[in-house]
Amino acid sequence: MTKMPLWADAILVPLISLFLAAILSALVILGIGENPVEAFNLMVDGALKRSAGWGYTLYYTTNYIFTGLAVAVAFHARLFNIGGEGQAMIGGVGVALICLYIPWPHWTLAIFGASVGAALFGAAWAFIPAYLQAKRGSHVVITTIMFNYIAFSVLGYLLVEVLRPAGSMDPASATFPEATHLPNFHDMFAPEGSRMFRGAPANVTFFLSLAACVLVWLLIWRTKLGYDIRSFGKSETAAKYAGISPLRITVIAMLISGALAGMMSVNTTLGESERLILNSTEGAGFVGIAVALMGRNHPIGILMAALLFGFLNQGGAELALWTNIPRELIVVIQALVILLTGALDNMVRMPLERLFLSLRKKDTV
Amino acid sequence: MNTAPAIELRGISKSFGPVQANKDISISVQPGTIHGIIGENGAGKSTLMSILYGFYKADKGDIYIQGHKTLIPDSQAAIAAGIGMVFQHFKLVENFTVLENIILGAEDGPLLRSSLGKARKELASLAKEYELNIDPDALIENLSVGHQQRVEILKALYRQADILILDEPTGVLTPAEADQLFRILDRLRSEGKTIILITHKLREIMEYTDTVSVMRRGEMTATVKTAETSPAGLAELMVGRKVLLRVDKTPAQPGEVILDVQDLRVVDEKGVERVKGISLQVRAGEILGIAGVAGNGQSELLEVLGGYADATGRITINGTELPLSGPGSDGGARRMAGISHVPEDRQREGLIMDFAAWENSVFGYHHDKKYQSGLLMDNKGILAHAADQMQRFDVRPPDPHLAAKNFSGGNQQKIVVAREIERNPDVLLIGQPTRGVDIGAIEFIHQQIVQLRDQGKAILLVSVELEEILSLADRVAVMFDGKIMGERLAETTDEKELGLMMAGVSGGRS
Amino acid sequence: MDFLTLLQISDSSVRLAIPLLLACLAGLYSERAGIFDIGLEGKMLAAAFAAGAFAAVTGNVWVGLLAGIGASLILSAIHGVASITFRGNQLISGVAINMLAAGMTVLIAQRWFQQGGRTPSLTGDGRLNPITLPFADMFESIPLFGPTYKELISGHSVLVYLALALVPLTWWVLYRTRFGLRLRAVGENPASVDTAGVSVVRLRFTAVMICGVLCGVAGAYLATGLQAGFIKDMTAGRGFIALAALIFAKWRPWYALWACLLFGFLQAVAVRFQSIEIAGVVIPVQLMEALPFILTVIILAGFVGRAIPPRAGGEPYIKER
Repeated sequence: MTKMPLWADAILVPLISLFLAAILSALVILGIGENPVEAFNLMVDGALKRSAGWGYTLYYTTNYIFTGLAVAVAFHARLFNIGGEGQAMIGGVGVALICLYIPWPHWTLAIFGASVGAALFGAAWAFIPAYLQAKRGSHVVITTIMFNYIAFSVLGYLLVEVLRPAGSMDPASATFPEATHLPNFHDMFAPEGSRMFRGAPANVTFFLSLAACVLVWLLIWRTKLGYDIRSFGKSETAAKYAGISPLRITVIAMLISGALAGMMSVNTTLGESERLILNSTEGAGFVGIAVALMGRNHPIGILMAALLFGFLNQGGAELALWTNIPRELIVVIQALVILLTGALDNMVRMPLERLFLSLRKKDTV
Repeated sequence: MNTAPAIELRGISKSFGPVQANKDISISVQPGTIHGIIGENGAGKSTLMSILYGFYKADKGDIYIQGHKTLIPDSQAAIAAGIGMVFQHFKLVENFTVLENIILGAEDGPLLRSSLGKARKELASLAKEYELNIDPDALIENLSVGHQQRVEILKALYRQADILILDEPTGVLTPAEADQLFRILDRLRSEGKTIILITHKLREIMEYTDTVSVMRRGEMTATVKTAETSPAGLAELMVGRKVLLRVDKTPAQPGEVILDVQDLRVVDEKGVERVKGISLQVRAGEILGIAGVAGNGQSELLEVLGGYADATGRITINGTELPLSGPGSDGGARRMAGISHVPEDRQREGLIMDFAAWENSVFGYHHDKKYQSGLLMDNKGILAHAADQMQRFDVRPPDPHLAAKNFSGGNQQKIVVAREIERNPDVLLIGQPTRGVDIGAIEFIHQQIVQLRDQGKAILLVSVELEEILSLADRVAVMFDGKIMGERLAETTDEKELGLMMAGVSGGRS
Repeated sequence: MDFLTLLQISDSSVRLAIPLLLACLAGLYSERAGIFDIGLEGKMLAAAFAAGAFAAVTGNVWVGLLAGIGASLILSAIHGVASITFRGNQLISGVAINMLAAGMTVLIAQRWFQQGGRTPSLTGDGRLNPITLPFADMFESIPLFGPTYKELISGHSVLVYLALALVPLTWWVLYRTRFGLRLRAVGENPASVDTAGVSVVRLRFTAVMICGVLCGVAGAYLATGLQAGFIKDMTAGRGFIALAALIFAKWRPWYALWACLLFGFLQAVAVRFQSIEIAGVVIPVQLMEALPFILTVIILAGFVGRAIPPRAGGEPYIKER
């Protein structure tokens, strides 16, 4: 007996959760003595009404697509990868090494190389937690949290002791060579002399993230590997019966997850800062959890959710600029979305299910 | 003398969403008797008992205990009313001692010391009174299943239960252990306790109960004195029509040996040897039945043959040896070698309950070339194939887009059986083929198995239902404690002989 | 390394171990009851802020402590509702609570104090003052013992002694009381508790609330004892180190003490030395920082004895039909 129609499960439940999160956020804004309507207008102005605003929004969206997909792929195998943050950091190291030590003739080749580097490094960072989960039963949630902290220390060490150019005080690598610099939206879309997208960080990596959406969709729902991953996520005992190796699927799902998280750094490290810096991830690994939950682990949902969070992040930055509301408001909103769409899912779902059941009973009587 | 019934239920109804689990149920149980409740899986027995134990609240109806109307909103109230429950799956804390489990929830005060001392004394006297001996300091995880069940009974007695409900108590016991259990129950009855025995085994009802109630599809269809009924009569009441207790089949025509197992040993994760060197052969065109109480190594045998547990020994199919661990020993390889497998538990193993029927129709075979088109899976082809298969195997409703969890138990089983039989395997492994399956589907599934046999396939059947083994198998091997106690021809043996072998009596003649 | 340095490092190890120990015991109560809690970090952070803020405004550290406990309890209640009442995913709830605390503390701090997400510095009675144990000065002249007594054993705030006392107390509660028996049972097999007529929901909520109180004390100690006021993100992963210590300790109180002291020692060393040279090899400070996490991964991997969590941990309890 299905309790409610598919559309209600896929669209209505997240929308209601989002609505509740919005109300709570408005209350938080009221609570700190600001006007939520004005704040919202300001966010829309800053994030959506100017091309530069869009340039930032889509830049953040790109990050969140990658980390959201990363979380979702792992979720499909019932693995909760909280380690996106660390995997993205280490992915950044991959990008930096590839861009600093290989003389790329053109950005088209550089982005390819950087993507491979980011994916490999991110995947490698996810490998140990995956292997330990599959082989020794250590919970992947705990190990990936630990690996976030370890990644931060590794990155700190590399930037301070190894990659920092002589004489520089900054914990950052040298700037990547000119040839590797990616075209941003201003370069690509602004007509000659126009100020469109000027100064905004959105770059060609955005299209890479869209391609990743399509590829992940194909992988999960159209390939036998995706079938394996979903089966394993739904029922480990059944997967074993069907000859699907838990070890293999755990490791592969986490490698893909880590690779996707790592590829976020193509956007940040190669696309934006053009050198490796200490805090380029800015919590995007955690936002990926909210994005995946909100997007119901489906690439289309993830794309929409990533856009939403990109808008929120850019809008929040505008707010911090023009009002007394700190940027942390966005963290609060993200937390509320994770809480409502993730942990309190049943709070929304159970009354809805009851509603649909009573509607159906009326139909049949 | 108090003549009020120990328990009386009047007009109990309970529904879960659109499913009506109990419909206007009324029974009355006399004190100092053993009252059986019998019915098929899903007939509503467990729901009724859960209501009696405060797990669910009835939508309608009243409960009377010793003649007084009693509300049972939670287990606390049930315990206070003198009801004790022994669940099918024990509710014990595995890494606690017997004593700790017994006082849990019935402690005397905030500190444990005095409770433990009192319980120890109480336990000693209970042990004497009812012959329920057990080491109070043993850890539950180190006890045998039969002893764990004793702890559950002691728990109820420690709480001064007058009414004891046992839900399918013998499912995990050997016949010997079951006999012991019934001796204890007999003793309890003679001390004036009232016992409700829920079971689907006719034999237990006939041998041990005073009265019996029959449930079918949520309704109580009859309550009769056991002495005044017969197994056939009860069976008919259970399923609502005359039942074929024997499967129609011609004598087997065994051919070549297809599956040959020699000295198979399986050690589980905890290092316990579960299968202790068994050897067996299955020929073309015969059904070998493996009888035994659950948990005596049958599951492990199926797992090894199905390719998801490691083992040592030697297995050959048509003379080709199969690797028993490492590469080439997984489920995919076994399927390639011509083994199909209908697993014991379709919900945990045979199906992905959240997947649609069409996706489940290739589960385990989804890596096959014929289901791929290029790098992707040929979903259209699989869908068409599934729709066709569901028609032929009479799966209802025949909607391939419906998720597996939305089919009834029998139709779920048909999806699995269809998938495995359609592979046209050399060897079919089939575990508990009709567990939780309605009568109509049972006949259909049994027919399918016999048909496959008559096509000259080798079939290994594992079932804990002796009746099923005796009616379906051509040859029967009995497993006990990881070993094969002996083999018999189905025609020349009977439940009694097999039952002794299942209890570990070698050769079955005592 | 001379004796005095050793003493100072030991002293700061103890100070740094205390918030870890409090949070670790907090997690122990929750996880022993079957509720995983990766939100220790967030609860400590919220408590640190509330304690810092209220102590600064009232000038009374005890008001601050109560406020800290209150803030932590609010987050505990959210975790309880999500994971017990609505049977949500405990890990996701924990993540949300950590983010909620990280955001809200700065938001409110900015609103109240306009100091860029910190609270005003605490002075005088706004801070936890050290207690000098009797005879500290008298014993000082005794070699070794005297300074050890004065520097290491005496001179801590009352919360330090409280935290240490909580270790035997927790052991006693867990293994010698009715509550402890039920708590352990509900974390292993909630059905056993339920069928015995004891409310799983109430038991688990109690455990989660105890966890909230202890996290509150831990956070308050951070802001009023270890430091003088709240600063943004001041917990800096301590909640996760405490979680690591809990696993390291295999969910047992005495082991928790040793694990927290070890991790406190690592932190103390990392604070004191920027880099250490052992046998000619320079160990970077980042390795010292990462060491608790690396050690935990090694423990988790089962190379140093297997850590088996409570069996029902992380699983919402649903009555079986």
